[in-house]
Amino acid sequence: MLAVDSLSLTNRLNGITAQFRAGEVTAICGPNGAGKSTLLACLAGLLNADAGQVMLDGSALAALPAQQRARAIGYLPQSPEVAWDVSVETLVSLGRLPWKDAPAPDAQAAIDAAIAAMDLDAFRHRRVSRLSGGERARALMARVLATAPAWLLADEPLANLDLAHAAALVARLRQQADEGKGVVLVLHDLATAMNHADRVLVLNRGELAADGPPEQALSEAVIARVWDVEARWLGDEGARALATGSHALSGN
Amino acid sequence: MRPIPLLLIALAIAAPLSLLAGRVWIDPFAPETQTATLILMELRLPRAFLALIVGAGLGGAGAAMQGYLRNPLADPGLFGIAPGAALGAVLSMWTGYAVAAYALPMFALIGGAGAMALLALIAGRTGGIALFTLAGLMIASLAGALMSLAISLAPTPFAMSEIVTWLMGSLVDRSWREVWIAAPLTLAGLAFLIAAGRSLDALTLGEAAARSLGVDPRRLQFLLIAGVGLTVGAGVAVAGIISFVGLIVPHLMRQLTDRRPSSLIVPSALAGALLLLVADVVCRLLPLPGGELRLGIALSLIGAPFFLHLLLKMRKGLA
Repeated sequence: MLAVDSLSLTNRLNGITAQFRAGEVTAICGPNGAGKSTLLACLAGLLNADAGQVMLDGSALAALPAQQRARAIGYLPQSPEVAWDVSVETLVSLGRLPWKDAPAPDAQAAIDAAIAAMDLDAFRHRRVSRLSGGERARALMARVLATAPAWLLADEPLANLDLAHAAALVARLRQQADEGKGVVLVLHDLATAMNHADRVLVLNRGELAADGPPEQALSEAVIARVWDVEARWLGDEGARALATGSHALSGN
Repeated sequence: MRPIPLLLIALAIAAPLSLLAGRVWIDPFAPETQTATLILMELRLPRAFLALIVGAGLGGAGAAMQGYLRNPLADPGLFGIAPGAALGAVLSMWTGYAVAAYALPMFALIGGAGAMALLALIAGRTGGIALFTLAGLMIASLAGALMSLAISLAPTPFAMSEIVTWLMGSLVDRSWREVWIAAPLTLAGLAFLIAAGRSLDALTLGEAAARSLGVDPRRLQFLLIAGVGLTVGAGVAVAGIISFVGLIVPHLMRQLTDRRPSSLIVPSALAGALLLLVADVVCRLLPLPGGELRLGIALSLIGAPFFLHLLLKMRKGLA
């Protein structure tokens, strides 16, 4: 289990307490500047809090050796870059860096599994510059999977993806959660969080504004309070869409 | 790792051949004469070794720097270590100490070490790359300004011309002494750079992702300061400023590797050695009135148009 206990960071996070469970997709939502990425970076062990701490399976994350932390928690930053025009396979193999002492066959097996999980077999030898946006996003996610971490943390992994690619990536992340990994995503699109997350944390100005199943945490009341937007959920559970503006208000 | 065997073969052919070429050609099949032996053992052999050592250091350092800054246009000179070492050498000439054996390279090494220490002091606490690079640039420009000051205030016209000529970079009149100074330092530096390889690979994904993969930015910075400092500092101490090798060589080699920074360091070191060896022979052979073409000038003369050509090709590829 990954947990944060009264986590505070000056001007960015204020006393956040929450638990993240393995086998679940947890979405972190909130308006711009709410502290979503900051919280995710803390969960990944990249930022040290001023107060409070992050616990991984009962021990303080900050006290873990970097290598051990890197094996347990995979992190995909927002708008990830790839500095050199490497092949997909080389890119994915970078995910094995925390396991530098592991035997080579294990490494290759993990790389193959990650490439298969993101459906990239046909692109294995293609250079990153020749991938489409969707293929690139999958390759970057495969890099995280190649580490075989217990936790997958991704900061807006669906940004810049069109509808089909976003849906495909969400389905693959869901599969990872079903296989027992803990998946934590910062999501901008509330409908994606509503339809695909098991649990949603809503942050507002560095504070936890709501925490629970999506129907609760992203209720119209919460959206009105946190985003200051009148909105209505349309459709049925699992396939909801968010309507805002005069249509939502008039009830049509 | 494909280019390594090819480069080794090329070096194995070029290195012995380079010993034969020069103002005096040596016929390997002629009976041995004392002059030929003297030229070979005391002039050509140390000079060839120095070309190999300095070139390897510059090539390896360039590859590591480009990996660290995630930029194919980065050059080892950016960290201010080469200008720091050059400033040390200039001071030894300015003060006149340079006449003593070992004084000039030692002054240069102290200058390079000073730049390294300053870099570590300013930027070493956070591990951030932007701050580190800016600190390096500031050290470089400070060292450059102090060098210009030393030149403008040179005690004699002779000292001034000595400084200016030395700054152009050359392997003329070097001896085994310089080889013994540069070889261990460069090898140690390359070892540091190779040790940084995995962390540089992780940096391909950006600083945050690299840290999430377990990279310790401060350790990486230490390895880089030590590696670039030793290779470049030693190179400047024995050969003066030689530019473009650290920029061009990794650029050329990258296409032949899988493009991970770690797989680029050794091929760049070997190719840098080859380039400097060949360029030095060309300098020896070019008939110029009033002495040899300076190696540093030759490399810039070859390097700049070549690099422009690369840039034009890149532009075409993008259009």
